[in-house]
Amino acid sequence: MKRVVVNEKWCLGCHLCEYNCAFSNSGMKDMVKALKGRDIFPRIRVEDGGDITFAVSCRHCKDAICVKSCISGALSKKDGVVTIDKSKCVGCYTCILVCPYGAITNDGEGAVQKCELCLSTTAGTPACVAGCPNRALTLDDDDIETADARG
Amino acid sequence: MQKEGQIRIPSGCAISAVISKSGKRMSGEKIVSSMVPVHDRSNGLGGGFAAYGIYPEHRDFYALHVFFDDDVCRADCENYLRERFEIVDAEVLPTRTMREITDEPVIWRYFVYPRRTRLRALQVDEREYVVRVVMKINSTLKGAYVFSSGKNMGVFKAVGYPEDVGRYYRLEEYEGYSWTAHGRYPTNTPGWWGGAHPFALLDYSIVHNGEISSYDANRRFIEMFGYRCTLQTDTEVITYIIDYLVRRQGMTYEEAAHVIAAPFWDTISHREPEERERLTYLRTVFSSLLVTGPFSIVLGFEGGLMALNDRLKLRSMVTGHSEDGDRVYIASEEASIRKMDEDATGIYAPAGGEPVIVKVKEGRRAAVGEY
Amino acid sequence: MGVEFIYPEFEVVRNSSRCIACRVCERQCANEVHSYDPDERVMLSDESKCVNCQRCVSLCPTRALKIVKSDCTFRENANWQSDTIKEIYKQANSGGVLLSSMGNPKMLPVYWDKILINASQVTNPSIDPLREPMETRVFLGKKPRSIERDEGGKIKNNLTPQLELSMPVMFSAMSYGSISYNAHKSLAEAATRLGICYNTGEGGLHEDFYVYGPNTIVQVASGRFGVFADYLDAGAAIEIKMGQGAKPGIGGHLPGKKIVGDVSRTRMIPEGSDAISPAPHHDIYSIEDLRQLVYSLKEATQYKKPVIVKVAAVHNIAAIASGIARSGADIIAIDGFRGGTGAAPTRIRDNVGIPIELALAACDRRLREEGIRNDVSLVVGGSIRSASDVIKAVALGADACYVATAALLALGCHLCRTCHTGNCNWGIATQRPELVKRLNPETGAERLYNLMTAWRHEIKELMGGMGINSIEALRGNRLMLRGVNMTEKELEILGISHAGE
Repeated sequence: MKRVVVNEKWCLGCHLCEYNCAFSNSGMKDMVKALKGRDIFPRIRVEDGGDITFAVSCRHCKDAICVKSCISGALSKKDGVVTIDKSKCVGCYTCILVCPYGAITNDGEGAVQKCELCLSTTAGTPACVAGCPNRALTLDDDDIETADARG
Repeated sequence: MQKEGQIRIPSGCAISAVISKSGKRMSGEKIVSSMVPVHDRSNGLGGGFAAYGIYPEHRDFYALHVFFDDDVCRADCENYLRERFEIVDAEVLPTRTMREITDEPVIWRYFVYPRRTRLRALQVDEREYVVRVVMKINSTLKGAYVFSSGKNMGVFKAVGYPEDVGRYYRLEEYEGYSWTAHGRYPTNTPGWWGGAHPFALLDYSIVHNGEISSYDANRRFIEMFGYRCTLQTDTEVITYIIDYLVRRQGMTYEEAAHVIAAPFWDTISHREPEERERLTYLRTVFSSLLVTGPFSIVLGFEGGLMALNDRLKLRSMVTGHSEDGDRVYIASEEASIRKMDEDATGIYAPAGGEPVIVKVKEGRRAAVGEY
Repeated sequence: MGVEFIYPEFEVVRNSSRCIACRVCERQCANEVHSYDPDERVMLSDESKCVNCQRCVSLCPTRALKIVKSDCTFRENANWQSDTIKEIYKQANSGGVLLSSMGNPKMLPVYWDKILINASQVTNPSIDPLREPMETRVFLGKKPRSIERDEGGKIKNNLTPQLELSMPVMFSAMSYGSISYNAHKSLAEAATRLGICYNTGEGGLHEDFYVYGPNTIVQVASGRFGVFADYLDAGAAIEIKMGQGAKPGIGGHLPGKKIVGDVSRTRMIPEGSDAISPAPHHDIYSIEDLRQLVYSLKEATQYKKPVIVKVAAVHNIAAIASGIARSGADIIAIDGFRGGTGAAPTRIRDNVGIPIELALAACDRRLREEGIRNDVSLVVGGSIRSASDVIKAVALGADACYVATAALLALGCHLCRTCHTGNCNWGIATQRPELVKRLNPETGAERLYNLMTAWRHEIKELMGGMGINSIEALRGNRLMLRGVNMTEKELEILGISHAGE
């Protein structure tokens, strides 16, 4: 199973991953053009809380509860990656409510969005991992199940 | 223009050597002829020979061969010598007047032994005493240069092609059990006889082909122990290194070779533990005496020869022997060996850093080589 | 304000057409230069706090930032330059000694840059390090003067303990306290992977780092911080620090605010207390006292470790080195006047000591003249900046070099020279946990490893060009060097000829 994991020991809370995510998913070639003057809706979020910061994105759970709860079949699991087909999403937001990580969000246009490991945007490494200045984010590629991934 | 000793002059060369393991004496004719086929490895700016066993009648005395600029220098030097040595015999070194050899210095030969009172006062052994006197003359007495100082051996060298130098010194009239020869190709025209090779100290003589890249590291280390590299030549510094390791440290020739052309660390790591420790020790303790850059040398000493190539074998050197096995030949090119002995056999190119040691009577003493 | 005002040294130039107000600069600046105005949705800056560490520049995702030198100038004056004037103002404001960090930044001669290296042509072949063995291994320590044999005639191993290095470079002393845990861990890890050594400095050895012992030099300085039996036993060698190139003649002072948590425990002093290293060792007022400390340390470690004595390069360094060589020390480390520091009085850093090149040349010559060069190894530091500096140092006579500033640069240091503030934005010279975590030792160790590997390649290329295939044949090989743009006297001290000679 592939997913982006964070080592909070090295997460600086700089939030660069959020901007790299938003840029990567904007489909544009220039970050300034993509992000300047806009609110961003990244698929990875840095949790700030006192001394600890860490970035959270989709865990791509083995038995993903979001997929199960999707009423329209917009969410599905392909090659271990939980993906969203926006053309099928009806905006019921059940997935947002059931995700134990808060990794699914409103995309601002009536559908939901989530981390898809930049599979459709950049080849290889997700933008958040590539741009992390302290190697806090890595792309995990093992089969170890998330401890509390109930779904 | 600066002469030898004021500036470092790299040179290419030809070397050759022959030794009779049974100690049979040979005239100098053959060794002189061995330099003919390698004429082009020299450029007429230096040639020379070392011969062992040539002064049996004076075997107990140090034979000093000395160049003087003129007779005034000679008088000064003789006074200096007389204070330090009993001079048993003193004569002009016999030479032949030839068109090919010009600008001759005054060349004398002395048979001497140290004055006991001075020796005792200095509390050094006889050989150390001779070394000190030779160093002193060569570094401080102007116009005098001792170029041979061993017992029952002699060095003969000049500016010219080696085959001419051999005839000039009438080497066909000498008989020795071991001979080495050298033709020089310096990249400069120093025109000074002292700069020719072999270079000798006591009974150690070196003929060398190469230009060592470690020169100044070696020189600055060895000069800590009283040696003065007045010529700035590789040959000089290698001679002092041998003297230091063999005479003063008491090493065998093979051990000395493992310092000068130490095996690579990787090679050492693959040896048996005891050998590994020995080689590591030698390389670590005497690291400043590691010689790098291309060289092939033949070291002459009383009763033997040692041939050694640099670790990468960047200079040619082959060995061979007579059919009866008595004579061992060493040369830059096989042609020189063939010239000395048409029927020579066992032609072999020793590996880089592999010492070939031949001793009279004791027979085979090589580390890995054939002899 | 008013008479006390000093115009900021730098300007923060923000390209507003590129800035996306992501606020990374704001979050990354420990000096609080950047701030966000939510009303206007723009970033603001207070350049009076900027030290030009370039952290914000490096992390800005749109390259919207640059830091430039302010062009607000005093009236030009060749004698009273602006730095000098500002220093006067600062002292008039505070009445204090000025503090600085890192090495001497003044326009004083860098002799490395006036020395050129030889290469083989025609008479002697150069050697290709990609095709032939090229050896950079060195052994530091005293070498016996003569060989001894056992009854069987075999050579006895009478060699005293040596420090074996895969290349003639080590990371020099930087204490835990002056630099962070993660910086230390990076150095220790890299040294281990490289087969070289790093140096604890005078701050003791953190318990987590004992595993790196075989690649650790443990330092004993005048404050004796963190020194106890296990510490001495842990290292591969022990270094007595007598002086430091950046501040010869004075001690050290790590302010109490940096003596927190593990730093306090490792130094074995109470939290919050200032760590003051006295100017001299108070048990060493003369050379014979040094000998006693050298042998005390050897006794304490059963003669199993080489002892290094580190001194700053001062005027009579050659005589000092000769004295140290006779003190029983195995290795002498000399630190030149351009050497770095976490904090030093500016006047001392910029005016005391001599260049390492001259100190090295003088010491190597002196030890040879006295016939004792093989009794000790010489390690030099004080601004070794590149592989060619290493080659030049070895050819002048050094056995190995100490590098620190270059190592810190590899870890991210941008030489802003404000280590003494403790606000290092790169997580190096700080103990603030949120800053320390900015240096991930995995990255740090990898970058140090890369740097030294690159240097090793370059060292081999340079050696090969000279036709030398083992570093020991380069040591003291001054014929391989030529000087340019130097006086006769300088050449004489360096023991090299002028180019063209």
